[in-house]
Amino acid sequence: MSITVTELERLARTLRLDIIRMVGIGQKGHLGGSCSLSEIVTVLYFNRMKHDPENPEWEERDRFLLSKGHAALIQYAALAESGYFPREELNKVKRLGAMLQGHPDMTTTPGVEGNTGSLGQGLSMACGMAAGLRIDRKKSKVYCIIGDGEIAEGQIWEAAMTAAFYKLDNLIVFLDKNRLQAMGPVAERYNTNPLAEKWQAFGWHVAEADGHNIREIIDTLDRVDKISGKPKIIIAHTVKGKGISFAENVVAFHNGELTREQYDLANSELNKNN
Amino acid sequence: MKIQNQRQVYGEILLELARVNKNIVVLEADLGKSTMTSLFEQEFPERFFEMGIGEANMTSFAAGLSLTGKIAFTNSFAVFAAGRAFDQIRQGISIPKLNVKIIGSSAGLSDFGDGATHQSVEDIAIMRAIPNMTVLVPADGIETRKMVRKIVEYDGPVYLRINRHDLPDLFPENEEYVIGKSYLIRDGRDIVVFANGIMVSKAVEAAEKLEEEGISVRVVNVSSLKPVNESEIKKFAEGVKGIVTAEEHSLIGGLASVVTFILRGNGIPVIPVGIEDQFGQSAHSYNELLEEYGLTADNILNSVKNILQ
Repeated sequence: MSITVTELERLARTLRLDIIRMVGIGQKGHLGGSCSLSEIVTVLYFNRMKHDPENPEWEERDRFLLSKGHAALIQYAALAESGYFPREELNKVKRLGAMLQGHPDMTTTPGVEGNTGSLGQGLSMACGMAAGLRIDRKKSKVYCIIGDGEIAEGQIWEAAMTAAFYKLDNLIVFLDKNRLQAMGPVAERYNTNPLAEKWQAFGWHVAEADGHNIREIIDTLDRVDKISGKPKIIIAHTVKGKGISFAENVVAFHNGELTREQYDLANSELNKNN
Repeated sequence: MKIQNQRQVYGEILLELARVNKNIVVLEADLGKSTMTSLFEQEFPERFFEMGIGEANMTSFAAGLSLTGKIAFTNSFAVFAAGRAFDQIRQGISIPKLNVKIIGSSAGLSDFGDGATHQSVEDIAIMRAIPNMTVLVPADGIETRKMVRKIVEYDGPVYLRINRHDLPDLFPENEEYVIGKSYLIRDGRDIVVFANGIMVSKAVEAAEKLEEEGISVRVVNVSSLKPVNESEIKKFAEGVKGIVTAEEHSLIGGLASVVTFILRGNGIPVIPVGIEDQFGQSAHSYNELLEEYGLTADNILNSVKNILQ
């Protein structure tokens, strides 16, 4: 791909600015878990995936499914920057009748591949997509993002068994390990650790990466691409609310509001680095 | 009268259609010899997915398959297909109107031995309440065959309820099946019985006995609970002295709800035959259960007489 790492890093910050713009002032928005995914989603949409914003239904495209659907804002930012719809739509997110719903909706939003947000279901859907593409002998890959809080849902582990049983090696999963869920630290609620050992035991190829290091994400994807015969998961170590000083690692910004001051500060911090 | 087993017919027509339509894929949750998807599995193993005992995952996996253009059939006992996987059906399939067919097998009380845990008395109510869902209950083997053919042509989610046992053929062989349509099985003047599933044959049995007593009963098969052509139901209720509804389901949210809602305010007396607000239980035969819960021709017959008294 021609796009440089530096350009991708700048894009990731741009997507964060889009997130802030969508959250706005005095309205709740899933800021934390969207910001933790900025680099991963940037790499997927602007470096990795075969896709065509002019032709969202292109049969040879790779698929992206956000199982942790509450982080829809980061996908909306990536879709808008890719050109799936006008950027003005970002200003209307969650408004009555808007294209951009609170959780991804394929019926309203071009580029969204499935309806997710009831946690634990997206991974099963991604497995089904991977199986369907394999029946048709497509080369396309399926990328799915799950959360570390989400894996308390038992269906995740049903899907984990399925993917290994059917040897879905066209499925690549990112586990967004930002360590916080809606009400507090994951480990203090329903400890889902140890992660790598669990996924290995379920028959997956497991890799780990700094989820905010573009170079490392790309290199890790290159490495897992060489693995065949089993599904792959990349445990991405991330920071919830990454890039916004007052929101980093702060539970309140899982689904929080910004004051005017916070909104301006977030914008100036992200713009300064851009 | 010819007798056919609904689930056998289902397995056969699914296989027949899959030979022509390569987009048909079948998912099973370890009950393939009961649901009869084993027929499909033998011929098309590459399009068959054994999902183990995991209905939730099976259902969302089916959503994923449909997102790649497949027509996905999920199979389990009705109680699990509709109940255990409710949220997966609602969220991932019905909201985006995906092309997934949910087959609720061994429905109603028809899995007689296994008791309340395996008997679906509320599956239709659950499925009807979901926007975008189509809910169908075939009365016999002929209708099952026609319905499966039709739901493959229809692009969208469908819940199809299949009985475990042999049922007599009643559906007119030459009639085209249309989703939403109700079918006149037997004409009559005094009372109309709206029935579906196994209760259509019970209604016909009651009508035949009543005819000997000079009472003329119209039997209508309301096999499509959603959508349902309301003007047809109103037309079938014209000129009669009363209405009986008959279903192998809770009286809450099934056929009685559909018919009484459509005919609200018209003043014709209605007696609903169905399962009171309660669960099933184990028995040594299906008939024992049908009698215990009043799902009999005699109960329909007495209901008709009660209205006419």
